[in-house]
Amino acid sequence: MSKNVRLMQGNEALVEAAIMAGVRFFAGYPITPSSEIAEGFSKKLPRVGGKFIQMEDEIASMAATIGASIAGVKSVTATSGPGFSLKQENLGFGIMAEVPCLVVNVQRMGPSTGRPTKPSQGDIMQTRWGTHGDHPIVVLYPTTVPEVFKYTIEAINISERLRTPVIFLMDETLGHMREKVLLPEPDEIKVVNRKFPKVGKEDYLPYKPADDDVPVIAPFGKGYRYHITGLHHNYKGYPTTQPEEVEELTKRLLRKVERVLDDIFILNTYMYDDAEYVLYAYGITARIAKEAVNILREEGLKIGLLNPITIWPFHEDKIEGLLGGKKKVFVVELNSGQMKGEIERIYPRKDVIGINKLNAELINPYEIADHVREGLR
Amino acid sequence: MSLQNIKKYLRKDMFPHIWCPGCGNGIIMASLLRAIDALALDPDKVVVVSGIGCSGRISGYLDFNTVHTTHGRALAYATGIKLANPELTVIVAMGDGDGSAIGGNHLIHAARRNIDLTAILFNNSIYGMTGGQFSPLTPFEKRASTAPYGNVDHPFDLAPLVKSAGASFVARTTTFHVFNLQKYLERGIKKKGFSFIEVITGCPTFYGRYNKIGEGLDMIKYQKEHSITYDRAKNLSEEELADKIVVGVFQDIEKPEYISEYEKIIEREHHE
Ligand SMILES: Cc1ncc(C[n+]2csc(CCOP(=O)(O)OP(=O)(O)O)c2C)c(N)n1
Ligand code: SF4
Repeated sequence: MSKNVRLMQGNEALVEAAIMAGVRFFAGYPITPSSEIAEGFSKKLPRVGGKFIQMEDEIASMAATIGASIAGVKSVTATSGPGFSLKQENLGFGIMAEVPCLVVNVQRMGPSTGRPTKPSQGDIMQTRWGTHGDHPIVVLYPTTVPEVFKYTIEAINISERLRTPVIFLMDETLGHMREKVLLPEPDEIKVVNRKFPKVGKEDYLPYKPADDDVPVIAPFGKGYRYHITGLHHNYKGYPTTQPEEVEELTKRLLRKVERVLDDIFILNTYMYDDAEYVLYAYGITARIAKEAVNILREEGLKIGLLNPITIWPFHEDKIEGLLGGKKKVFVVELNSGQMKGEIERIYPRKDVIGINKLNAELINPYEIADHVREGLR
Repeated sequence: MSLQNIKKYLRKDMFPHIWCPGCGNGIIMASLLRAIDALALDPDKVVVVSGIGCSGRISGYLDFNTVHTTHGRALAYATGIKLANPELTVIVAMGDGDGSAIGGNHLIHAARRNIDLTAILFNNSIYGMTGGQFSPLTPFEKRASTAPYGNVDHPFDLAPLVKSAGASFVARTTTFHVFNLQKYLERGIKKKGFSFIEVITGCPTFYGRYNKIGEGLDMIKYQKEHSITYDRAKNLSEEELADKIVVGVFQDIEKPEYISEYEKIIEREHHE
């Protein structure tokens, strides 16, 4: 075995990958099942010259994470359902002020304290619409520990490129599960760093978007003195009440993500091309659904898996195209059908069948296969 | 007092400001700029972080690195900024609702950590921006839009609270005592550790009106007449202190600062 192969928990892999992607700051508050992420950062960050802080709550953790990034340091915070709820207001600030950072939510079952140590995929819609107001969001959701590693780096890169917080969703099971991860050498991974202004300090407009709709905002302390606010603002960063400026900012924030949708939309398939039936699944459920495909294929059913890693934004055109000509779509979720509603918007409702489990236990491949057989009867 | 030396720190294109005539916020802002000028800080290395409220608007007016954050959370944002770049001088501006209600937990924890920030709390005893509701610093029996029959809540005595939470430097003064205000701000900024300066300031529009104190100037007179120094207050009873504003330095000590302590760990463990 190569010396770069390590047996790792999902939560550990996230820490390793984030540090490789250049993260040097973490602020958090303990909560099952994400605490190993905080513990990992508390141990690893000082060793690479970075800083960890345990804040007084998740609100403060989100704020400190954004603060560190304003000062130019790549930063991460991690939590689970109750803490993710607390982070929402400041998450919105990060989106509005265009501050990159990674927000990890290792899901547990809610609402409220729910089933803290058990898997659930109940936060799908909260990741999309948790903070108030119209806003863009990018959410990546891996299915295996090696994918945690790979897509953590990708998520941080997207955040730096688009200057927006990116959410990384995980399942309790994945956070705690151990799998082999092939650790790349630093020169084998692509690391994206936010752009630094090229214009002089006199002409500097921090919130004037570049051609890609992303402004080039300088880190604090580098001589570009400017203002950041969560109020709607103009190119200078000053508050504005002009309807045209308010509308332009709102639309640009949405557009800067929409226009790169093809780039940031990651989707994996399994046995898909000749499939007549589709399992649509994400996170831990997707790897179970893969097993269900094997079981049903053995029985002669032409079924395949669509597994979005980027669950938000929902790439309607792409998914609509992939579902075209298929006979039925089974959406497998450990919730009451949060993603199913999205599929129903682009596919005939009668042919979308939900396979849902709500008892805080994982679904197994045989259960999925049973549901499919039943749905085809 | 002349504005000559401090005009250069203002963002002229942000004026006129939103504050009402007679509001005390401008006095605190001018004192802060005089303190920064006296300390000859490099504007490129000064950060002002504010919360939400009338007082929170101060960050927009100052030509430094400025952030107008969310209600109550300025200290938490400032903590991240300071940790990420300790060479920055980070000053935090908060309202009394901002800093002692919704942000009260962050305040005592920043003090406990003794992180090198300078926090200024604009205590106008009321929620200005939202129209005059009572705050955790509205005195007992005083009136506010949500206390039309008088406030039955008891206020925090904030300076001693922050002192016992662990701050290195704690002072309280008023917008009448502008010289002390500037001096306390200078001492707070220079202090390595958490500094807290509570400034009693007038909101004539709401607090002054609801409590029949009068215009801006009347409110400053009120501050003058009701202030008593920390040392003199020590010998007075609670009743005697009931309507008094205790001003002065409550705490000024040297103790280990959070970031310096963390940096010792980095020095020991860093091998990249
Ligand atoms: C989470 C949240 N809750 C409530 C508000 C509404 N709000 C804005 S300012 C403010 C209070 C302002 O009072 P204070 O902090 O004393 O500052 P002042 O305006 O008096 O300077 C409130 C409640 C808000 N912006 N955000
Ligand atoms: S409402 Fe009160 S605190 Fe706000 S600007 Fe007016 S006087 Fe100042």
